[in-house]
Amino acid sequence: MRNLIIFIKRNQFFLLFLILEGISLFFVIHSYSYQRSVSFNAVNDFTGNILKTSGNISDYFLLSKINQQLLKENSKLHNQLSEKFGVNDTLSNKQDSNYTYIPAMVIRNTTNRHNNFILLNKGLKQGISKEMGVISDNGVAGIVIGVSENYSLVMSLLNSNAKISGRIKKNNQLVNVIWDENSPALGKVVDIPAHINLQPGDTVITSGNSFLFPAGMNIGTIVSYNKSENRGLNHAILKFSTDFNSLYFVYIIKNKMKKEEEKLLEENEK
Amino acid sequence: MKNIIRFILLILLQVWVLDKVSFDGFIIPYVYVLFVLLLPLNINKSLLLLIAFGTGLTIDFFENTLGLHAAALVLLAFFRPGIIHLFFPRLEFVSGEEPGIIKLGLGGFLKYSFSLVFIFQLVIVFLETFSFRHFLTSLWYVVLGTLVTVVFIVVTDLIFLPSKNKIRKR
Repeated sequence: MRNLIIFIKRNQFFLLFLILEGISLFFVIHSYSYQRSVSFNAVNDFTGNILKTSGNISDYFLLSKINQQLLKENSKLHNQLSEKFGVNDTLSNKQDSNYTYIPAMVIRNTTNRHNNFILLNKGLKQGISKEMGVISDNGVAGIVIGVSENYSLVMSLLNSNAKISGRIKKNNQLVNVIWDENSPALGKVVDIPAHINLQPGDTVITSGNSFLFPAGMNIGTIVSYNKSENRGLNHAILKFSTDFNSLYFVYIIKNKMKKEEEKLLEENEK
Repeated sequence: MKNIIRFILLILLQVWVLDKVSFDGFIIPYVYVLFVLLLPLNINKSLLLLIAFGTGLTIDFFENTLGLHAAALVLLAFFRPGIIHLFFPRLEFVSGEEPGIIKLGLGGFLKYSFSLVFIFQLVIVFLETFSFRHFLTSLWYVVLGTLVTVVFIVVTDLIFLPSKNKIRKR
């Protein structure tokens, strides 16, 4: 026993190093999957407030740019509105009514890490909860993975753990979209069956299978497609519709029916 | 006390300013490492590890990289006494003195910070990608990241210099 104490005392430095390094690595390994990062991340009002302070200052300089984006979106929405009122709108209205869109400002957004996150200025108080979809004015942006009272943390599409269920618009083929991890503009479409042919310019939209996003939102357009001979499933490079380098405001999508739909699916599996 | 102020200043500098700076995509200057580099020479080695762990976790909270910076910084702190001993075997110092540019000289400080920051970047890059698949590209990022970080560290240390002299005169 005494020998053990002496041993610990003599190697105190090395043992402490091993313990601390062990704890850190445990944390790191635990954050390497989507499910784990949803249950295991730290967003809180304190860090949120500190980050917001710098956001406030840069917001001021970006005002004109943000205004332009908002103007552009406004006109787009006006166009859609007139289109919808032109035709019989009962069908389309019903389809959309499950979802509410909550506008939010981007406080912090990175594009140069291997796992990028977006911090938004809406939280529990505004009814945000985990696993809600987030879209920009042009397309899908990410998924909420953490909320505090006033802030929410979004896993950006530019994250090695992000995977979005998509659909190729022209033939309704289901695919998955991930990040290619090299450029903040490009993603990868995976799980394309061999018989499917794609052209550059084809649009990939959300499938609506995940309850996070309504069906038919833009994810991106195909840039290049290489058909491999030996494998059953091909992949293609896609350009995201969302410009992650100029992301100033987004919408958080609240699905009113999500709980009900998930419950139904669970019951079905039993 | 001086260290607490420096800690807060460096963390804020990191999360407010430098995280938005990026060179060629993935290269970010992690200046806050300077805090651990400048801890007093006579600091208890175990305390050094604990402080490094705490500093790393603080940055992790802001970056949402739980454990990543802590792991890298603890490794840096683990090598710090050895590196100091290796490069400056006959270094004499009074209690509380820091291994900054004044103490080690510019060349000495460059050697000291470069080797430690290199270890730090090695962990950050390879733990973040979690694979050795793109080994050469990753290594290239490690080298570039180290260079950029060291330049920023030296500049920051030089900016801190005058205030340090003032404190010493009192």
